[in-house]
Amino acid sequence: MMESNRRYGLNKELAQMLKGGVIMDVTTPEQAGIAEDAGACAVMALERIPADIRAAGGVSRMSDPGMIRGIQDAVSIPVMAKCRIGHFVEAQILQAIDIDYIDESEVLSPADDVHHIDKTAFDVPFVCGARDLGEALRRVAEGASMIRTKGEPGTGDVIQAVSHMRALNAGISGLRSVRDDEVYEYAKDLRVPLDLAVYVHENGRLPVVNFAAGGIATPADAALMMQLGADGVFVGSGIFKSGDPARRAEAIVTAVSNYDDASILAEVSTGLGEAMVGINRDEIESIGNIRMAERGQ
Amino acid sequence: MATIGILAVQGAFREHADVLRSLGSDCFEIRNARDLGRPMDGLVLPGGESTVQGKLITDLGMGDALRSMIRDGLPVFGTCAGMILLAERIDDGHVAHLATMPIAVRRNAYGRQLGSFSATGSFGPLDGVPLEFIRAPVIESVGDGVHVLTEHGGHTVAARYGNQLVTSFHPELTGDTRVHRYFLDMVSGRRTAAGN
Repeated sequence: MMESNRRYGLNKELAQMLKGGVIMDVTTPEQAGIAEDAGACAVMALERIPADIRAAGGVSRMSDPGMIRGIQDAVSIPVMAKCRIGHFVEAQILQAIDIDYIDESEVLSPADDVHHIDKTAFDVPFVCGARDLGEALRRVAEGASMIRTKGEPGTGDVIQAVSHMRALNAGISGLRSVRDDEVYEYAKDLRVPLDLAVYVHENGRLPVVNFAAGGIATPADAALMMQLGADGVFVGSGIFKSGDPARRAEAIVTAVSNYDDASILAEVSTGLGEAMVGINRDEIESIGNIRMAERGQ
Repeated sequence: MATIGILAVQGAFREHADVLRSLGSDCFEIRNARDLGRPMDGLVLPGGESTVQGKLITDLGMGDALRSMIRDGLPVFGTCAGMILLAERIDDGHVAHLATMPIAVRRNAYGRQLGSFSATGSFGPLDGVPLEFIRAPVIESVGDGVHVLTEHGGHTVAARYGNQLVTSFHPELTGDTRVHRYFLDMVSGRRTAAGN
């Protein structure tokens, strides 16, 4: 085993290589192949995409390792997989099958309502969700080497992803602008370690890569998140719940690469067919569904 | 001052720009065919996923232009995915991308992320250069005229072929700027030779 902070450096660097890319949820080797051919920079292997987890209800857990291996064999790009918040044994299993990144994810049912996984105990990298600067830095303190804003998974509604990205940006610019002698109090308020608060104060950004996730369904949604400052995007249900997954996936990849060129965005947004139907923020409660983003704070 | 265009369709392009700017170069991002119209003295193909970058180069109509600029002698530096883009042959059966450099590469030669590692080694005449390998490829074989610059653990991991420089590893992540300086020397050598 390599010295642990060198390993952490390598894990943050893999996230740097994913920047400007699209990470796609896939449930079969065939979907993984479609995603890779369409230009995904990594795939997230899971048995059910968030929209179907919502529909099915019940407890949602780590996927069958055999299913994940099938996807690892099908593609040459990095393969990620999800474990439940706080479920460090699921994480040990994913590390044992040589996964490239573990997503400690609110999309699955949390296994611990107090503690997240001590990610410093692992060699394999972790990405975690966050809704604001405090959550993001607490996850980094636990050892996450990549952050994604949570959004509201499986809805096809981008509003929560936008709100979380704006909250994160506001937190960063707030911390950036305080006097040096005010950082300590700020760190206390956020419940984060002082050294991480100092890093953000001095650099004006998170110490790790930050992708947007949760509700992105169109090339325009993806470009919106990029223009708001995301380093890349996760698209879960938005691709394989749409009418023409391969075309939509390609369009979202191109949109992320040229997120501030409206004429390219217009071109790739044309004739994509049916987007996922989706479920909006107010409907989630009226049908008694869950708000995944509130899990794991 | 040299102006360097950095392919910025996906990957770690900002890191290269930071290093090159610290060495006094001007940098701009190449995201689509329009950007290729800007004058440049050198080109960087950064790390990232070669499958993504290769597809976007083609889809965005940049492949032929990049290929002819490189064949016409534009100095180019490819790291990791960038090296794969330049290789004439990719051993896992993937179709070659720009294919301007007579080397065969093997992708993910050290396995998945748990196989990523740091080391130090020599780079041409330079010693003690930090080598950062992230799901890195290696060079399996080289054609005539290719000059090997770094061997590590029995693999070729850096090489030069005229105006083309490639590394399996990531000098843009280490804080050691000597490999980038070597590339900028290639750039200024061409500028001198061309009389501008």
